[in-house]
Amino acid sequence: MALLEIKTLSRNFDGVHAVDAVSFDVAEGETVSIIGPNGAGKTTLFNLVTGLDKPTQGDILFHGRSLLGLRSDQFASRGIARTFQHGRVFGNLSVIDNVLIGAHTRLQVARAQGSPLGLIGELLTALIRPDTAREEEHRLRREAEEIIAQFGERLTPRMNQPAYSLSYANRRRLEIARALALRPRVLLLDEPTAGMNPTETQEILEFIRTLKQKGLTILLIEHKLSLVMQLSDRVIVMDNGHKIAEGLPEAVRNNPRVIEAYLGTKQRGGNNITTVETESTTTIPFPLP
Amino acid sequence: MSESFLQTFLDQTINGLAIGNIYALTAVGLALIFGVGNLINFAHGSVYMIGAYVGWVVMTKLQVPLPLTFVIVAIACGLLGILIERFGLRGLQKTARIAPLLATIGISFALDQLTQIIFSPNPQSFPSPLPATRIALGGVNIGLLDVLIAGVGVTVALVLFAFLRFTKAGWALRATAQDRDAAAQMGVDVNTVNATTYAIAGMLGGFAGLLVGMYFNTVYPAMAFQAGLKGFAANLLGGLGNVPGSIAGGLILGLIESYGVAQFGATYRNLFAFVILIGILVLRPAGLFASKKALPPEPLTGTFVANSKPVQIPSWAVAGAILIALALPIFVSDPYLLQVLTNAWLIGMLALSLTLVTGTAGQTSLGHAGFLAIGAYTSAILTQRLHIPFELSLLVSALVTAVLGTLLVLPAFRLRAHYVAIATLGIGEIVSQIILNWDSVTNGPMGIANIPPPSIFGFEAVTPTAVYWYSLVLLLIAALFQLRLVRSHLGRTWRAIREDDVAAQAYGINLNRYKALAFAASAFVAGASGAFTGHMYTYINYETFTSTTGILALTMVILGGMGNMVGAVVGAVALTALPEVFRGLADYRYLLYGIVLLLLIRFRPQGLLGTV
Repeated sequence: MALLEIKTLSRNFDGVHAVDAVSFDVAEGETVSIIGPNGAGKTTLFNLVTGLDKPTQGDILFHGRSLLGLRSDQFASRGIARTFQHGRVFGNLSVIDNVLIGAHTRLQVARAQGSPLGLIGELLTALIRPDTAREEEHRLRREAEEIIAQFGERLTPRMNQPAYSLSYANRRRLEIARALALRPRVLLLDEPTAGMNPTETQEILEFIRTLKQKGLTILLIEHKLSLVMQLSDRVIVMDNGHKIAEGLPEAVRNNPRVIEAYLGTKQRGGNNITTVETESTTTIPFPLP
Repeated sequence: MSESFLQTFLDQTINGLAIGNIYALTAVGLALIFGVGNLINFAHGSVYMIGAYVGWVVMTKLQVPLPLTFVIVAIACGLLGILIERFGLRGLQKTARIAPLLATIGISFALDQLTQIIFSPNPQSFPSPLPATRIALGGVNIGLLDVLIAGVGVTVALVLFAFLRFTKAGWALRATAQDRDAAAQMGVDVNTVNATTYAIAGMLGGFAGLLVGMYFNTVYPAMAFQAGLKGFAANLLGGLGNVPGSIAGGLILGLIESYGVAQFGATYRNLFAFVILIGILVLRPAGLFASKKALPPEPLTGTFVANSKPVQIPSWAVAGAILIALALPIFVSDPYLLQVLTNAWLIGMLALSLTLVTGTAGQTSLGHAGFLAIGAYTSAILTQRLHIPFELSLLVSALVTAVLGTLLVLPAFRLRAHYVAIATLGIGEIVSQIILNWDSVTNGPMGIANIPPPSIFGFEAVTPTAVYWYSLVLLLIAALFQLRLVRSHLGRTWRAIREDDVAAQAYGINLNRYKALAFAASAFVAGASGAFTGHMYTYINYETFTSTTGILALTMVILGGMGNMVGAVVGAVALTALPEVFRGLADYRYLLYGIVLLLLIRFRPQGLLGTV
């Protein structure tokens, strides 16, 4: 059984089919990339898979169980973590606190969900701070420091600085660190290298590769095709809300429908596209770094 | 029998339509401003009140005829609108949406107090210049004033329609409402459009005030606040920014009030608007006539939290200040000073409580006065009827406030940013309306008298010194309680919600749970403060704790720095004690608060000590 099963998932916005009957599976330990032109519905799909948006149709199964009707925090507590396309760190929180928020679902007190008793318990725990709570906090803090240390000298010296003072690239790193603190069973990365220069991109690529080698299941949205080709076990191509292709990176790269989606056809497109097609009819001429 | 019933019903309908027409005039102004500037204008009620006063002055003092009065009111309130936009709000266009909203609160404080200073807070008699003849029309009695109100309403609607439809300025206004940036790019002078909008809204508000003054034959400064809220309820009913919807919303609100008052009694009048306000916000936030159920898209997100590093105050300084405060009564025996500081400690507790939900958790609350009232009433009832000792009653009242307060605010949890502010304001008003009307428990408008003074282990705190120490120790306990919470995982979680609730939820934070915890902890402290205050006053009624107190506490919180506990207490002492120390200022207190709020938002949004 696949870890994550997406079944004919659809999302309409007032008649616009942002995601239209998309189905695919992600197996444990697999890295699957989702590519497609801007507006293809990739981020909407991520929002659906993390519970930030509700599908109009279809189902999401995680470990064989439907996640429909759950809130996004419940998605998270089941081990689905994500980063955001434009970076959404908590500006006035320190770097370490940002990462600790990622570990929120693992707090003992926070897990006693639902009942008013759990609520009172959480308040009293915060007030009295018994040894168990104190130890847990220390343990999570050490763990957060270790996660931050994985980014080398990028974040460690800035651990106690507020996140708003970080550079753009560092905020993206912090997002990944925060997601890792959740100990995700599946990690969704929405354009993790957007706005990064080639060196920084290479760094992130190596970082994701390490995660992959550790056996983490990863779902990746990315425009930089070289990165996609190097990391992915499988690639899913979306266009206009549809899944138009799926398969091994090489196969997808040569799929005529994919080329059409990215570049248009001779009939519909303009002159420049004809030129492109004459240049190369077998591979997509993406700008490779 | 049935005929007289029909007669009464028709009379109520005429009443409702007349009042509704006035609400509609107010609501249309709010709708225009919301449409163009995405702003809920709290100063609108004050413009309306000033319209009423201008009308009163020119008509009763200067004997100006009615038509000319309308022209003068239009000019005066139009100008006032332009001034508010130019000097109060234009500088805030790039800030978080809650900033201009708070600025309009500051403006309304200042305008209301100015009116009070000039004309006294007392109601002034405003005789209607129209003859009292009533026209019988098919069994319905219509007064000339009703006809005038209807005439003004219809004329305004037609002129406004023509203006928006057929004039270039009207097009510019609608274009700006649809997409401000695009309009600016197409060469629309957005600032002129803004000024025009505020001028029109001001005129309409002024007309509404003038008509309402004539209708109820009275004008008074406090009419501003209620009118603003009514207009907003009508506006929300019709859909924020929806002009025809607002007219319908005004009429509907007027009718509901008129029938409701006939059914339940006059003391219920204000309750309807607030219940509608909350109901619409929670159930149909886009208004009755919108096809979609969703709130208008995003522009309202973003709390009023500036990125800043808090000023580090060394702990020896805090400890020193506490010691000085504790030792003060040994060296100072001036009872007046001790009383002023006692007030500062009690309102400091309120500011602490508010800085937790508004500063730390990012949920702007304007309804904290309701928590004070719940605490005060609970403790008064417990000690008077059940003879529970004060110290126990204080604790129980704080707990009751925590539970009741959280339950009351529960419907507002699904709202964001400044809708929370509006909803909590409405909830606070509902608390005071319930107290007013629940005679068997609260003694209704009479209030509760002879509340025993605060005591501990049988010793009654009656001297100013004893009350001073008692309240100061309570404040310190509250601060310790809150410090403990804010330094735990809860503090981190609340601040994450404040910074970005979507991201916080995506990382597993159950928003409702943590909002509930924040409001419970906050209401606990506010309830204790209210309870103590009630026992100190020995008399409370439904007006002891008004929304103004809550808004005042918000000013203190902003002054000190959002979420900054030391800042909250410093803000409380500064704003409570300063007007008293410079005794001349005491009369101008709210003017001062309004100006402080305006200046802070404009020039130092992070407050004196910075956001934590």
